[in-house]
Amino acid sequence: MQHTTTTCPYCGVGCSLSLAVDNDRIVSVSPGPEPSVNKGALCSKGRFGFDFVHHKDRLTTPLIRKDGVLVPASWDEALGLIASKFSEIASLYGADALGGFSSARCSNEENYLFQKLFRAGIGTNNVDHCARL
Amino acid sequence: MGAGDCVCIIGTNTTACHPVIGLGMMQAKRNGAQLIVIDPREIDLAREADVWLRLRPGTDTPLLSAIAGEIYNAGMVDVESVAASTEGFKEFCEGLAKFDAESVAALSEVAADDIRRAARCIGRARNTAFYYTMGVTQHTTGTNNVLAVSNLALLTGNIGRPKTGVNPLRGQNNVQGSCDMGALPNVLTGYRSVTNDDVRGSFEEAWNVTIPAEKGRTIPEMLNAIEEDKMKGLFVFGENPMRSDPDINHVEHCLHHVEFLVVQDLFLTETAELADVVLPGASFAEKDGTFTSTERRVQRIRAAVSPVGDSKPDWKILAELLERLGRPERYADVKDVFDEMRMLTPTHTGITYERLEAGGIQWPCPDESHAGTPILHVGNCMRGAGKFVPLEHREPAELPDAEYPLTLTTGRVVAHYHTATMTRRCFGLAGTWPEELVEVHPADAAEYGIADGDLIELRSRRGVATGRAWVTRRVPRGLVFMTFHFSESPANILTTSAADPVTGTPQLKVCAVAIRKLTEESTSVESLSIEEHASCHIA
Repeated sequence: MQHTTTTCPYCGVGCSLSLAVDNDRIVSVSPGPEPSVNKGALCSKGRFGFDFVHHKDRLTTPLIRKDGVLVPASWDEALGLIASKFSEIASLYGADALGGFSSARCSNEENYLFQKLFRAGIGTNNVDHCARL
Repeated sequence: MGAGDCVCIIGTNTTACHPVIGLGMMQAKRNGAQLIVIDPREIDLAREADVWLRLRPGTDTPLLSAIAGEIYNAGMVDVESVAASTEGFKEFCEGLAKFDAESVAALSEVAADDIRRAARCIGRARNTAFYYTMGVTQHTTGTNNVLAVSNLALLTGNIGRPKTGVNPLRGQNNVQGSCDMGALPNVLTGYRSVTNDDVRGSFEEAWNVTIPAEKGRTIPEMLNAIEEDKMKGLFVFGENPMRSDPDINHVEHCLHHVEFLVVQDLFLTETAELADVVLPGASFAEKDGTFTSTERRVQRIRAAVSPVGDSKPDWKILAELLERLGRPERYADVKDVFDEMRMLTPTHTGITYERLEAGGIQWPCPDESHAGTPILHVGNCMRGAGKFVPLEHREPAELPDAEYPLTLTTGRVVAHYHTATMTRRCFGLAGTWPEELVEVHPADAAEYGIADGDLIELRSRRGVATGRAWVTRRVPRGLVFMTFHFSESPANILTTSAADPVTGTPQLKVCAVAIRKLTEESTSVESLSIEEHASCHIA
């Protein structure tokens, strides 16, 4: 059994979690070590909200719509299609014809890269996220 | 906090939405602090409150202004020191005359004596900490409501010290970080304006590009631009607007209309189902990085298990896309991304992965010897003098009428999170709260022939949703409450996209609905029923 200290993925309180992992699966969650903002406490979501990680509904491969249906695809095909469609739209209609909704659920590094993708990779400030919801 | 202190919470169901902070509030109460709850619903903390102000939804600004007026008129303001450290004090105090307790009592449906009791609590407390969430902001008057809290904190000197302050509790694990990182159309990292040449210049030099000098579009503006054929491609990253955004019919129309839609998520959400390309991201347990909490505390997340199938940590997907768009940067690991960001962001420059091993650090943290900043505005407001803003009352964008006689307000329950794509897939959570329970007051239930547990239909100008009735006095007469957790009972098909003019935050806390009982045979609670073609206009 391994224990990994991390931060809860639910609300903005930022509770420290200790994930108990056995055979590459999370088996339980307990409050993380001190110093922590939760000081030994966790709510129901923090303690019991981890089954989704290993849920059978998780997406395991990129999907591309072909003939109206989403079908599995390789990373190379999916990322290649996105890059070519984005470039095509930008050259036909301008960079401001593209935009992105970033994620308040993902990390700082990912939000930094997402806005950089739009500002530096595409050339538009059309980037926002769901802070208002 | 303890004896002599006061906790004033406004529009936050803290024990459900931020339970560990809610626990701290209960502890403060046990230690002798006074608790004031301002909320139309009898949330758990309302039962613990010394003063509970059950306001009519949408009357926060007049109610808070009336409390300020009572404190001022009772001589509980340190006029000299407030005048010296603020601006606009005289005009603000003059403006309070129109918010006298009696007229605000009539407007807000809160008894004038209760307004005075709250004023005495705050006026006499050594320290008052104000907490708020979406119950304050998700109104067409959201900005004014926040300013009303800020006015009250300035008036009572509750700023820049421990146990005080205007404290928004942020609802998503990293909504603070998304804003800090410049995932907004008007600012780069650290809230620096894209219209400022110097700011843009530093990023242009580092990234070797030209950044447009005009701010970009917000989410509602992007949806409108899609409808007007001005936008052709959209990338939705880790978000489910088909359930979380107001007026789902409008959102669905726009997502169908856009030429090319990319969605990156953990599950095939209602939004991903509409995509042209779906990318499988990784959960928090499968990747390294940092989240920033509601108190600006940057903390590590660490990979504990392997990504499922061919899914990848989201930062890797985004880095690869940058590469495919011709960008030169190559990131060996997520720390490289963090280091690039902190060197471009003065508020974060002093935070390093090495330092975070010892625990989180609160920004601003300008250099590596800086301990971080737990409290802002110490000694003085960061902008200089604290600014009072005189306010007016404005009614919500949609009020009950003969056709839609009830008010709907929305929120969360403790077992679930947002559109529940994660929590409904957790055995222990889904079991405790398996379906929507629409809170209906007993008198309203009697009027419409609804018994506890009946299936009911809710109808607004924008659509129809169904759910099971919970007949309860948690809501006052005339108000119904729903969550937005349950895909088959989507509250946001009912809500309005009318928004605050400054922030664009939609008025999710007030819309007008009609309800009726359904017989079990007449429907099952399942799909969206779309009544009429939704207009794409966002007010």
